[in-house]
Amino acid sequence: MNTVNLQMNNPIIINQQELFELPQDLYIPPEALQVFLEMFEGPLDLLLYLIRKQNLDIREISITKITDQYISYINAMQVLNIELASEYLLMAAMLLEIKSRILLPPPVRDDKNEDDANEDPRQELIRRLIKYEQIKLASENLNKIPQADRDYRWLEIMVEETPPELPQVSIDQLQKAWHTLLIRSLSTNNQHHMKKQELSVREHMSQILRQLQQNGKSNFFTLFKIELGTAHVVVNFIAILELGKEGMVIIMQDNAQNIFVDLAA
Amino acid sequence: MSTLNHIKKVIEACLLTASDVISANQLLEVFDNQIGNDTLELIIEEISQNYADTGIELVKVASGYRFRSKPEYQPYLNKLYNTKPARYSRATMETLAIIAYRQPVTRGEIENLRGVAINSNIIQLLFDRNWIEVVGHKQLPGKPELLATTRQFLDDMGIESLEELPPLPNIDEAFIHKEHDLIAEYDSQKELNNEQQ
Repeated sequence: MNTVNLQMNNPIIINQQELFELPQDLYIPPEALQVFLEMFEGPLDLLLYLIRKQNLDIREISITKITDQYISYINAMQVLNIELASEYLLMAAMLLEIKSRILLPPPVRDDKNEDDANEDPRQELIRRLIKYEQIKLASENLNKIPQADRDYRWLEIMVEETPPELPQVSIDQLQKAWHTLLIRSLSTNNQHHMKKQELSVREHMSQILRQLQQNGKSNFFTLFKIELGTAHVVVNFIAILELGKEGMVIIMQDNAQNIFVDLAA
Repeated sequence: MSTLNHIKKVIEACLLTASDVISANQLLEVFDNQIGNDTLELIIEEISQNYADTGIELVKVASGYRFRSKPEYQPYLNKLYNTKPARYSRATMETLAIIAYRQPVTRGEIENLRGVAINSNIIQLLFDRNWIEVVGHKQLPGKPELLATTRQFLDDMGIESLEELPPLPNIDEAFIHKEHDLIAEYDSQKELNNEQQ
């Protein structure tokens, strides 16, 4: 076995003894420690590994031994400056607490509370380890079940889709439909449309007249507010033409091609 | 009334061309419910046997029936389609196992059981696969989400119900019932302490 004796700069204190080299049990090359740690899904997993390595039943673990081993791993990682997830440190603290409770004389207690006080401090940890191992094994079993896309493919025979049959239309029907549309639009829709536009043109006509009253003869272009958009420009233009047609304004052009609009005298 | 042979052919065509799992009810409706569930199951069984000696098989899953390629031929299909099926990490499978076996379960409970913080990517991965869903909220501060597996999960695992999952390995039955005799070290330690007193 390729045992590594790592000389450490700072001794580690375990069981009140200074430890100047990593435990013999730690036979994994230090450069592989990082990889080694990545093998585990967390402190519970690492603990399980340590227990299983000794072929121990979880129920029969020696907390002292396991704690020492666990702490040696953690220390080794820290000596090598491998960053540890906080969960690993928390577990170390928990193990040490359990160990210290075992070492302490049992507290004086009255018989009534004996059950509570008597609880083995390891019990909670053992329970967690068992629960975790159970799930770990269950997940391995789960992984053995064939999974869609990984272990098999769903079957689907492609059937060319024929487009649904389209309804037939005769020219007669088309003509009738058009007539209906025409009649409807003449009687209702169109009027609405015209009315709306007329209003708008009328409104613009008044607006232009007001403007001419205020400013007198004006350049054609100053009557437009371009920023109001195309609809405004079109309607405004129609309004000016309408005003001209009805003789309410005079539209003229000078030699320099400038167009002017003025109120009719 | 159609002959059984005719019905069988129709159902076979339905199942082979379906792009999803087909439920028993959907199949019964194809025949305007003129055939019963017993007949259907009998016919499905017959179709299933017809494909026994082929590369595909008819499976019954949670949502109904569907044909699939037999898992033993997947390596060849991977070559054909040039795919390398992704395997989920141990962390993902453990998380999935906890949700499958302990559902409904909160993230906190998953973390507690595994002893490590949960990576939200793992949960997202399972959500994206449509294998888990939120089925409620626990009445605790922060109202944590309760996670459970979906029907899609059962379908994709090729099973009908959670009961078909392999049973949880029994590690500790003796432990739970015989807490007293588990503590050799503890007891000897106590004796030692008592002697010292």
